[in-house]
Amino acid sequence: MEATVIRTGTEGKTWGGGNEPLKASYGKMMMWFFIVSDALTFSAFLAAYGFSRFKFIDSWPIADQVFNHFPFLHGVDAPMYYVAFMTFILIFSSVTMVLGVDAGHRLDKGKVTLYMFLTIIGGLIFVGSQAWEWTNFIKGEYGAVTTEGGNILQFVNGEGERVALEDIAASLPSERIANGRSEEVWFSSNESVADYTLEQVKAGFASNPDLLVKTLKTGEDGHKIILNREESLAKLNTEAVGVVEGANLTHNEYGPPLFADFFFFITGFHGFHVFSGVIINIIIFFNVILGTYERRGSYEMVEKVGLYWHFVDLVWVFVFTFFYLV
Amino acid sequence: MAHDTTHTHHESNAKRIWMVFAILSAVTIVEVILGIIRPTFLVETHFLAMRLLNWIFIILTLYKAYYIAWAFMHLEGETKGLRRSVVWTAIFLISYLMFILLTEGDYIFDVYKHGYIAWDF
Repeated sequence: MEATVIRTGTEGKTWGGGNEPLKASYGKMMMWFFIVSDALTFSAFLAAYGFSRFKFIDSWPIADQVFNHFPFLHGVDAPMYYVAFMTFILIFSSVTMVLGVDAGHRLDKGKVTLYMFLTIIGGLIFVGSQAWEWTNFIKGEYGAVTTEGGNILQFVNGEGERVALEDIAASLPSERIANGRSEEVWFSSNESVADYTLEQVKAGFASNPDLLVKTLKTGEDGHKIILNREESLAKLNTEAVGVVEGANLTHNEYGPPLFADFFFFITGFHGFHVFSGVIINIIIFFNVILGTYERRGSYEMVEKVGLYWHFVDLVWVFVFTFFYLV
Repeated sequence: MAHDTTHTHHESNAKRIWMVFAILSAVTIVEVILGIIRPTFLVETHFLAMRLLNWIFIILTLYKAYYIAWAFMHLEGETKGLRRSVVWTAIFLISYLMFILLTEGDYIFDVYKHGYIAWDF
């Protein structure tokens, strides 16, 4: 028996996991320990997000207006569709994973291989989609103007549709160069300058009577408040201090800086989990192909990595709700 | 065998898995549709200081979480002790964390709004 069956080396050892409290093997129990602690980490992030959101409850961006891109549909307002697509990818890869675990119970090596493969593909599509989402978020679409107090002023036309800076900015002669080490301030450098100056935006705004300023403040009806023409001009000319395009950790064109910070941090941390899940899945996938678990007589390793994979899906369900829906 | 799981016979659960997939998909589609149209009635009605629509989203999310944990992570097949130590630990700690941080965030919002402190220059 010992000669033909490969064992995990923990049989019969009390502290090595040879016994099974709660009828769960050592590895499975440890996976549950890890999942509970990781769940608490994620809930801490989401609770911190909730804290900041409640703190800026009347000026938080509306997700539908931020995440409204879809591949090949430029300029079309497509709120939610892309993130719904991502959600389906992840749920479906969870289904293939659990089908793989199920096939493992029946010691069906071929089926386990197939389902593990599909799960890995699903995970890769998800990570790729997230990269695309990040790209759009970082690049931004319309651009905005920031005030000294850190508020964002966006621009809309008479119908309330967003207008991009490039359609507003007047072409004024200006000479600007990126601040580099060879310039006067040797110890600081920035990589680029914004495409338009505040003066260009102000001049362009003043010359087009159709344009209005949209503030971050949310009105009673749940929509952002749009100022009338006189208020818009006054606001822009007295309070604006700079142009913002896209998003980084200190500025973003969507709303409070914390909004972008949490977006990068929470979806980034989740994306990192998906990425490591894909790596672990690939390792287990090759073990399945090599027949490691067939010789061991148990596909429990697939079950354990499956637990992790479902957990990543579970977290996404909550991120989806609190970042995109609520 | 070295590893015996709690089931003794290994029939295929494929039917139940696809059933759960159908439920999760249906709930997600409902969420997305509600998220896109945002019915005025649900947005404007408040229940316990939150929009009715947000309550619906959160309840549907917990419903999905239940199916993922029970069917996919197979908590339904584990012993009661394992199930309870996983679920209740998380629920107690997360509820506490949520309560304390959201209350605090709301308080700071009130201070900014009514506290005669200039923060928006």
